[in-house]
Amino acid sequence: MTKKHRILITIASVMLLAVFVFPLWQIRLQAPQYPEGLGLNIWINNVQSLHPHNIQTINDLNHYIGMKAITPNVIPELKIMPYLIILLFVMGITTSLIGKRSLLMGWLMLFVGMAGAGLVDFYKWEYNYGHNLNPNAAIKIPGMSYQPPLLGTKQLLNIRATSIPYIGALAIGLALVIGGYVFYKEKYNSPKYRVVS
Amino acid sequence: MSFQQQIRNIFVGGIAIAVTALMFSGCSSNKSKIGNDNAAEQVYVPPGKHDTFYSFLSGGWTGNISVYGLPSGRHLYTIPVFSQDPTDGYGYTEETKALFNTSHGFIPWGDTHHPEFSKTNGIDDGRWLFVNDNNTPRIARVNLKTFRTDEILELPNTAGNHASPFTSSNTEYLTAITRFSIPMSKPLGNGRDVPIASYKKNFKSTASFVKVNPHNGEMKLDFQIMVPPFDYDLGRFGLGPSKDWVFFTDYNSEEAHTMLEINASQKDKDFVLAINWKKVAEIAHEGKGQIVNATYDHNLVDPKTDVAKTEVLHKVRVLKPSDLKGLMFFMPAPKSPHGINVTPSGEFIAEGGKLSTVIPVQSFAKMETAIQKNDTTGSISGIPILNYKDVTAHEVKNVGLGPLHNDFDGKGYAYATAFISSEIVKWNIKTGKVVDRHATYYSPGHLSIPGGDSRKPWGHYLLALNKITKDRYLPTGPEMFAGEQLFDISGNKLKLLLDFPVEGEPHYAQEIPASVIDTGQVKYFKLEDNHNPYVTRKEKDAKVVRNGHRVDIYMTAIRSHFMPDNIEGIKMGDTVYIHVTNIEQEWDIPHGFALMGMRNAGMLIMPGETRSVKWEPRQVGVFPFYCTDFCSALHQEMQGYIRVSPANSNVKIVYGTNKDLK
Repeated sequence: MTKKHRILITIASVMLLAVFVFPLWQIRLQAPQYPEGLGLNIWINNVQSLHPHNIQTINDLNHYIGMKAITPNVIPELKIMPYLIILLFVMGITTSLIGKRSLLMGWLMLFVGMAGAGLVDFYKWEYNYGHNLNPNAAIKIPGMSYQPPLLGTKQLLNIRATSIPYIGALAIGLALVIGGYVFYKEKYNSPKYRVVS
Repeated sequence: MSFQQQIRNIFVGGIAIAVTALMFSGCSSNKSKIGNDNAAEQVYVPPGKHDTFYSFLSGGWTGNISVYGLPSGRHLYTIPVFSQDPTDGYGYTEETKALFNTSHGFIPWGDTHHPEFSKTNGIDDGRWLFVNDNNTPRIARVNLKTFRTDEILELPNTAGNHASPFTSSNTEYLTAITRFSIPMSKPLGNGRDVPIASYKKNFKSTASFVKVNPHNGEMKLDFQIMVPPFDYDLGRFGLGPSKDWVFFTDYNSEEAHTMLEINASQKDKDFVLAINWKKVAEIAHEGKGQIVNATYDHNLVDPKTDVAKTEVLHKVRVLKPSDLKGLMFFMPAPKSPHGINVTPSGEFIAEGGKLSTVIPVQSFAKMETAIQKNDTTGSISGIPILNYKDVTAHEVKNVGLGPLHNDFDGKGYAYATAFISSEIVKWNIKTGKVVDRHATYYSPGHLSIPGGDSRKPWGHYLLALNKITKDRYLPTGPEMFAGEQLFDISGNKLKLLLDFPVEGEPHYAQEIPASVIDTGQVKYFKLEDNHNPYVTRKEKDAKVVRNGHRVDIYMTAIRSHFMPDNIEGIKMGDTVYIHVTNIEQEWDIPHGFALMGMRNAGMLIMPGETRSVKWEPRQVGVFPFYCTDFCSALHQEMQGYIRVSPANSNVKIVYGTNKDLK
């Protein structure tokens, strides 16, 4: 790996730590009775109210349609994910220090795998949250489910839900792009490949 | 509508306007009874938009403060102060009952007169609103972050707490002075049980100075001054150069005790009492005067628990005029003056002559000169009387009949209410000349200009607090709301903008720009900060506890159920306390609590708050309770049952929600 590429991988690894400073994802809810808006910030290790006590308010509202309450301290992913990010960070730094292409490839594969798994898991959590409804709920609307969107905006009864990646996720995405760029350059622009071609 | 019909309507409308104009063209200010051409635009606040001013009006005999938005005149809220409110439980709940304690016992009602903002550097700061009870001498403090009454202080050795609670420039003190002189216990008087006819010998009055804690607003009766037994009517602290002084009007310097309308209207001049409060306070703190026994109640909401508690106090420091040489003076004022107001510059003091045809304007500088020259015309009870001519800057003539109060626009003009001639009269402070006048409907008492009683009036509007309503609104039987009138005073001429009816009988009002207080509003109480001794923070902590014949129900309320909602094991002869905690943490989601057969009140419980009500069942049976505040789509389902069994039954305490009790 070139010195420049090693620095880039260092930068990408450090960028991963942004998830400890900024939320990954933001879900905003709007309804006529909530002109001030409600929302959730999804962090690597927590789900927090956008405005004070929003989680409680959202849980209050959702219990009518039988959705489970969001209780951040029982979501297992929030316990595991910080360690995965730290693992990815340590591996990235190791890769940049040692500078071996095989390590780079391994790091990148793990990274892609984890990012993909994370999104799939988030989607599945949303699916479960929106579909797995209490059969004794007060309000039951045939055929209606309340899965929030992974990305974009969706009208759910009186509530307009908007879901967007936030700074944490954007930093991960950018780190991944940097990783991919370095990998591409290393693979196709290296002297070895040039000799072969 | 056809074209012809439209033409006809315009024609008829035109005739109506012409007739109206003719009818009122005789008015001196050339304005119609209907108002101003573009008045609608000036008072229109579109849906979803806010007013620019809060207006706080006393309710008089409602005992409360009503809050209106200006310029729309929309009724925003009513703050219960001295009157119990059975709709939300104020004064009935265990948390608020103590606010109503006095040395006479529990008093469920009061007569609010003068709302008064706290001040900083002579400017209204919007931290607290103080208001007096005229009937049983008390001062209340309303917290303007919550719009709630947090404190009520009773005042001993006085009666008729009318000239109260005006504030000094930095809210160091609030005024209170006796309107109805009374006989007092020794050593202040000759005992309280004396013949009424011995008024001149035995009746006494006091001026009270209530100190305000600058950090939390808590009130303390710092000292009282004995004053002659006149009827002290209104008061004001000075501003700017006069800020160390306080001024009170009085009538009944005749010292009459019966048929006052005649007997207190005999002398040509009554007085303004001027006191250098700053120096008096220093002397009091040096230990001058006498500590006398007096029993009075101080009721305060504990900021930590949000529960009101009563402290019974037993002592007060009293000073005599003879202790205060050079610090108290009488200034003569024309016949039975009513209102007294200090101009924003602090240079002039103007009274409402009431039975006089002029408004006297005293100069503070002239007063100081007269004091230096020691130019007096005698004294009463050791208080020197200054010469009327020496202290008077000018008399405002042609002010209408029955002038009562003045207020100021900060641009050099004063506005006076004339009760009998039913008008507002604008006059120039410096020259004393009347420059404009406008009819009011009918008989204005007080008037109020935003910040008009401070160093920096915000001006723009003037609110006339009319005492007589009659035909201004749809009739509602013999009694009706009082009618307020909003004027635009931004130009040279008074422009009538709006009539709006208000609760009770406001005696005074205070306005403040919305931005001073709207941003700091408490929207709900944080559950983690709720330290009520009977709080239930989580549903799983809800419980019912028997202790002898006392049963405490610790209940939670959240959309849309109570926990517990089925309770058994209450017996006849029990005293039941129901402590409901609203565990919502969201703006404008109160829950109500009402129980069939409950004899005291319903309750409204704000998010994060605990309220407790006492219930002594008188019947055996199962009694439904429910939420009275439409909280949610399933509000109607927010209900439960309490079973009351005979005294000798063996039904055990059981409770729960969403299960059958066993």
